Amino acid sequence: MKQILAPLWQHPVARVVLVLSLFGVAMVYSAGLLQQPSPVVSGIWIRQAIFLAAGVLGFLFVCRVPTRWIEWSSAPIYVIGVALLAVTLVVGTGAGTAKGVSSFLSVGGFRFQPAEAAKVATALGLAALLVRRSEPPKHLRELLAPAAVAGVPLALVLLQPDLGTALAFVGIFFAALVGAGTPWPLILLAASPGAAFILAFSARAWALYSVLLAIGVYLYRYRLYLVESVAVILANVVAGGAARALWRSLSDYQRNRLLVYLDPGMDPQNAGWQLIQSKVAVGSGGFFGQGFTMGTQKRLAFLPEQHTDFIFSVVGEEFGFLGTSSVLLLFGYLFYKLIGVAEGSRSDFAGLFAFGVLGMWMTHVFVNVGMTVGVVPITGIPLPFISYGGSFLLMSWMAAAVVVALSTDSA
Amino acid sequence: MRKRPRLSRARVTTTRIAVLALLGLLAGVLFRYQVVASEAWLLEAQSNRLRTLAVPAPRGVIRDRAGRVLADNVPGYSIAIIPDRADSMVATLDRVRQHLDISDRRYRELARQSGARPTRPVLITLDAPFESVAALQERRSAFPRLLIESRPKRRYPAREVGAHAIGYVGEIDESELEARRDEGVAPGRIVGKAGLEAQYDRVLGGRPGTRYVEVDAQGRILGAFSGVRGVASEPGSDLDLHLDLELMEWIHRIFPEGRNGSVVMLDVPTGGVLALYSAPAFDPNVFAGVVDRGDWERYVRDRDSPLYHRAVRGKYPPGSQWKLATAAMALELGLVTPTERMPVSCRGSFDFGNRSYRCWKEEGHGSLQLAEAIQHSCNVYFYQLGARIGLSRTLEIGNRMGFGTRCGIDLPQDAGGTFPEDRGFWERRFGYEPREGEVISLSIGQGPNDQTPLKMAQFLLAIARDGSAPPPALRRMGADEAPGDAWRLDIPPPHLEQIREGMRRVMSPGGTAYASSIEHFDLLGKTGTAQSGGDRPTHAWFSAIAGPHGAPPEVVAVALVEFGGGGSEVAAPLVAKAVDFYLRGEHGIRRDTIQTLREHLQAGRSIGWAAGR
Repeated sequence: MKQILAPLWQHPVARVVLVLSLFGVAMVYSAGLLQQPSPVVSGIWIRQAIFLAAGVLGFLFVCRVPTRWIEWSSAPIYVIGVALLAVTLVVGTGAGTAKGVSSFLSVGGFRFQPAEAAKVATALGLAALLVRRSEPPKHLRELLAPAAVAGVPLALVLLQPDLGTALAFVGIFFAALVGAGTPWPLILLAASPGAAFILAFSARAWALYSVLLAIGVYLYRYRLYLVESVAVILANVVAGGAARALWRSLSDYQRNRLLVYLDPGMDPQNAGWQLIQSKVAVGSGGFFGQGFTMGTQKRLAFLPEQHTDFIFSVVGEEFGFLGTSSVLLLFGYLFYKLIGVAEGSRSDFAGLFAFGVLGMWMTHVFVNVGMTVGVVPITGIPLPFISYGGSFLLMSWMAAAVVVALSTDSA
Repeated sequence: MRKRPRLSRARVTTTRIAVLALLGLLAGVLFRYQVVASEAWLLEAQSNRLRTLAVPAPRGVIRDRAGRVLADNVPGYSIAIIPDRADSMVATLDRVRQHLDISDRRYRELARQSGARPTRPVLITLDAPFESVAALQERRSAFPRLLIESRPKRRYPAREVGAHAIGYVGEIDESELEARRDEGVAPGRIVGKAGLEAQYDRVLGGRPGTRYVEVDAQGRILGAFSGVRGVASEPGSDLDLHLDLELMEWIHRIFPEGRNGSVVMLDVPTGGVLALYSAPAFDPNVFAGVVDRGDWERYVRDRDSPLYHRAVRGKYPPGSQWKLATAAMALELGLVTPTERMPVSCRGSFDFGNRSYRCWKEEGHGSLQLAEAIQHSCNVYFYQLGARIGLSRTLEIGNRMGFGTRCGIDLPQDAGGTFPEDRGFWERRFGYEPREGEVISLSIGQGPNDQTPLKMAQFLLAIARDGSAPPPALRRMGADEAPGDAWRLDIPPPHLEQIREGMRRVMSPGGTAYASSIEHFDLLGKTGTAQSGGDRPTHAWFSAIAGPHGAPPEVVAVALVEFGGGGSEVAAPLVAKAVDFYLRGEHGIRRDTIQTLREHLQAGRSIGWAAGR
């Protein structure tokens, strides 16, 4: 028995994930305690605990699977993951505030979010693809295939539509590129159209950015095919121009509608209110917090989505800066160890996958925590291991399991 | 050892630094929120869930001179909506309407208020029927933003009797709110809107308390806000009046059915208002809840203007009772002695300038002394008196006496008569220089001179006393308060007695109101019959001073009946019966409905008491 459970605390990644998950169940419990009891959230910590148990079981199982099998099955898993996403688009259902979207698959009363599995599958798929070349990518065109691997599930998720989850695929993609040893300039060039799309909303920023991009492309010209240079410039112009044209053509309410379309979990009318209430919750926690389950913002239902997207605000309110910084420290430790796994592993596959997972979790943590204090626009994206949500918890544990399995094997 | 082309040490370090930087950025922002600015956010969190609710203070009770209740409080329920977005407030209102009767007009008004983004609960009603309250309480969870509170509700047990004097209460409006901002008066407060309720609002109102409650995001009140102590309300002070409720009820009973008018009775020693009656009246209980505009307009549109306080604000030509004023002016100026006879004996008319002025008695009164002139209400005598005084002096003294100014009664509706300030009045009003003959009209109570019943009573008070009169007061003063003099006539007491003698003779055999004399008390009176303009009947006046036989006067009373005809037929018995009712009570004489001489005759009772007058 002890032998079987050993992987849970032998590996630092497993240890920190376990601590975060147990803390998460406690927070979900607290999030369910409202002054006016709500049947929607009051007992959900039990479900969260059950999913945690399932995650732990899955973790222990994966740890006993030979790593070679994992590598072999990566591509099929990726294909199955994407296929499930496609199926979800057709027969999927919504949930909660986003009833109009199709993000859940129901099988015999059991509801599952294929997008969560697809994230891990994409990390596997990217690792499997990139590991086939022993050298890091040297040219932009070599990034086309990985971009397609990440882009297909990303597009499918956007069609659900679910902007927050789609962001995670971007994180996985770029982290995998970093893990693959792709030269930084190439990564920056690959990311440039996205930057153009965002910066284009300010004409001045876009102009400055375009100059810098031109200089960059010029300096890097010997490493690029002419076609690539032109493609990068063109992609930037198109992305920026499209963004400006799109934004200009919309009236305020249409912009809100667009944002809602991209992220139905967000109600733009209430987004400002949500942000204020979240800031109030976090800020009023002070250094020590108001105490476990005692947060008034949560208790009196001022804080929206307190068990999912805004659970970090509950942490802030009830445990103060001590709690929030501790959680960030735990994540920092987790990410440090993930990078360590990548660095220390003898298999490229392990390293690539660890980076993919790093990209996924980092995106979740930064966007989720950032939005509770207004650093990042409000996007429906959960905090790994802590937010309520069975699929995400289970899949995060699977990802951790694969990392632990791969690193243990190569150690 | 495999070749490691992918992850250089530098790349690992760069990645770690990038991760650290992003998490550090988050930690930095969190530090700012949770450590640097946390106190401000804590305050935000508290104000989020804190709601301040006013605890209404019970209003003081208003009592009459015998301690009978004129206005008190009964438990009632108010229903209000806690502010929310305007559309959801209206939605709540719509659902409340299924259980509570809200008129269309009131509904539109509330919907408009909801749109103005109020910061305090919007009052739907102050007087919710118990069934509605029960129905809404039962569905508490469906109405999270509804605030149902028990709060004292004003009750006027005497209903329309005394309604004008007592007034009524209502929710404070925006202009009052603005005017009383310094007092910290909050919206939703119930304040006096008219009458004594308005006059003494600061006395009666007390000080509302405050309670702090915790609310959730839906605005549901979850209970007291722990850690913050509320402030208890201070009940308002009671108000004790000179007013006599029994007397008012009696007047209400005997006032000619279907007529409009008023009756005023003042206590001679104090100037206290014993009766201040206006007909028609209204029921102030209608206004005890939030005033429904429909009710309001029903009263406003009523052609008889029941809300109009005729006793205090109604202006009527004084008619013959003004002859008392003319007499007082002449006596004060020393232009006449009580025994003097006027040079021109009354032959039915008097020539002045190039006009002839008629006496009401065609065959004439002959040569009269002052008291006789009052008794017979001889125009010719007073024409000559007026001519002696002259127009300028009439205006000067009339104004000095206060016929153009307010009475000083403790009511917001206080008003004075209309009396020309100076000669320029004619120019301004009619566009011509006054002729000296104007004084002839003025001397018998005609011309541009309109007085209120209360003003006439105040004048009579001075005649009944020593020439001075305090302002009429509804509120009984404390021992340490002294009323100021509002009137001061410089007439020697014997001369005043001659005016009273004239009034006494009015009630004697041969006097115009002999039929209204009463058995147990001295009643001194003067009738007045005032032109109402056009072909309509005249207004009937009667002024009286009364007290026990051979003792100083105790009360003065004035009655006015609009279009009532002659003063002696309608107004005199009204005053006589009211005075008799009151004085019998004061002197322990059994009250009776057979009071005046005429009633005694009609009832076939002995009238021996009247023979010796």
